[in-house]
Amino acid sequence: MSLDLHDVTLTYPDGDGRLTALDRVTLNVPGGGLTAVVGPSGSGKSSLLAVAATLIAPDRGTVVIDGTETTGMTRGELTGLRRRKVGIVFQQANLIPSLTAAEQLQVMARLDGRSPAGARTRAMELLEAVGLAGQAARRPHGLSGGQRQRVNIARALMNDPAVLLVDEPTSALDHERGAAVIELITGLTRRRGTATVLVTHDRAHLAAADRIVQVHDGRLRHTAAP
Amino acid sequence: MFVAWRDLKFAKGRFALMAAVIVLITLLVGLLSGLTAGLARQNVSAITGLPGTEIAFAAPGGGQDLSYSGSAVTRGQWERWAGVPGVRSAEPLGISTTRAAAGGRTAGVSVFGVEPGSALAPAGEKIRDRAAVLSATAAAGLGVRAGGTFTLAGRELTVAAVAGDAFFSHTPVIWTALDAWRTTAPPSGGSGGPEATVIVLNTGPGADLAAADRAAGTRTVSRDASLAAIGSYASENGSLQLMRGFLFAISALIIGAFFTVWTIQRSGDIAVLKALGASTAGLLRDALGQAAVLLTGGTLAGTAIAAAVGAAVSRGDVPFLLTPATVLLPAAVMILLGVLGAALSVHRIASVDPLTALGSTR
Repeated sequence: MSLDLHDVTLTYPDGDGRLTALDRVTLNVPGGGLTAVVGPSGSGKSSLLAVAATLIAPDRGTVVIDGTETTGMTRGELTGLRRRKVGIVFQQANLIPSLTAAEQLQVMARLDGRSPAGARTRAMELLEAVGLAGQAARRPHGLSGGQRQRVNIARALMNDPAVLLVDEPTSALDHERGAAVIELITGLTRRRGTATVLVTHDRAHLAAADRIVQVHDGRLRHTAAP
Repeated sequence: MFVAWRDLKFAKGRFALMAAVIVLITLLVGLLSGLTAGLARQNVSAITGLPGTEIAFAAPGGGQDLSYSGSAVTRGQWERWAGVPGVRSAEPLGISTTRAAAGGRTAGVSVFGVEPGSALAPAGEKIRDRAAVLSATAAAGLGVRAGGTFTLAGRELTVAAVAGDAFFSHTPVIWTALDAWRTTAPPSGGSGGPEATVIVLNTGPGADLAAADRAAGTRTVSRDASLAAIGSYASENGSLQLMRGFLFAISALIIGAFFTVWTIQRSGDIAVLKALGASTAGLLRDALGQAAVLLTGGTLAGTAIAAAVGAAVSRGDVPFLLTPATVLLPAAVMILLGVLGAALSVHRIASVDPLTALGSTR
């Protein structure tokens, strides 16, 4: 399990010219490792995440997810790869209002064509792992912000992804709940061996990372251990 | 349908409101369809029930359209038709509208004159010079039964039988002998009045109708095409069908508008599902399935209510026809057009960008 970005450049249209969001970025995230990405607003953190999630194709460079080179894949193939290999923890929980906590997870298995019975069992295991076994039947409006974020994390793990992409998961939480969420992500990364990328603006969470990557103007300024 | 089913249950208020709209439109379409068919039957059932394949009219002059009220054929014409190769039968039929009276009761009736013993009339073998066959509604309107008497154009006739329930131009039909009919028919300008209104033909594949028309001075159309020659039918049916068509179009537009708003409202959820690995085709299937469930439920409920109301009103004087064609066919069209409307609106699912689920670029 690993994530490899090699010499990735991404540009967006900007008036008559193009704005460079990522400039020859190379990044390797091994399985079981947590890489924190920090940087100011507009530095390219989300672009890095979007490219790693195969939601947007880079202008040049390669993205390899768990050994699968994504260059040249069709939109359908990328969707399938994302479903099977990539877990995304959104900044806002982005839960579906009509689904209970358990169903938020089960829908992932349904997308992957797995049996409903197996999906239910797996969902309950994951909700227990994030401390929400007793909230399985609650809908998002009945959960607290921290609980919603934990459902968000459990959902990202439902299909056993090789790569876990975490986008500012604590931005809507207080310090205590934020720390608990980071601890949860770190523990899950270690136990499940996922290659985890954590985008954060909160330096208090960096101690949990194996490596810190600073992004500035689309470039990786330097990487360091915490 | 995993998310779609749960959306239906979760947003019950919105979907119930939409279902109620579908029920009401379906009810309106169902009632209008039954009424259209009922009115049509009151206009043309005497013609559609004729045992013939074509109707020969006197050829109208001056580029005029065919008309039952304007046609008058002579004995020579139907005798010529009877001799045409491939024509199995050619029988004269006189049609006029008048009033009949019996025991102080009067009723507007259509008089259909046929030759005694003709197969054109129900129980036609009982028709004599002074004996007529009455449709059930005509008999009920006059308050007479078989063996009773009534007056038609000053002549007293005996009710030979009460058979069928044929209507023509919204009046019940009385079948008489041609001689009796001629006393009710308006003068045609000739010395002896018209022999009949049209000729009812039964033709085989070898009959050269065009040549026979030229020789006889007639114009022949199929029995069903001849319905357009009933003036009230063409205008009435056209107006009602136009209303029905508008209702179908309106329902498709309403469904489309609802699902457009619904799709826009849930575009955030769609972006998240796409980012998580949902295929566009799967999401479109879900959305269309949701629309089909809503449409089917609403349409079935509306159709059931329309059938119940139709069954109740058709016992009275309201000309409502309750058949699978008037109830199930409009329901099927409603569902089909509704799904089409929904398909046109949910297609925007394809354009939802999963990238938006990640938030703005920082």
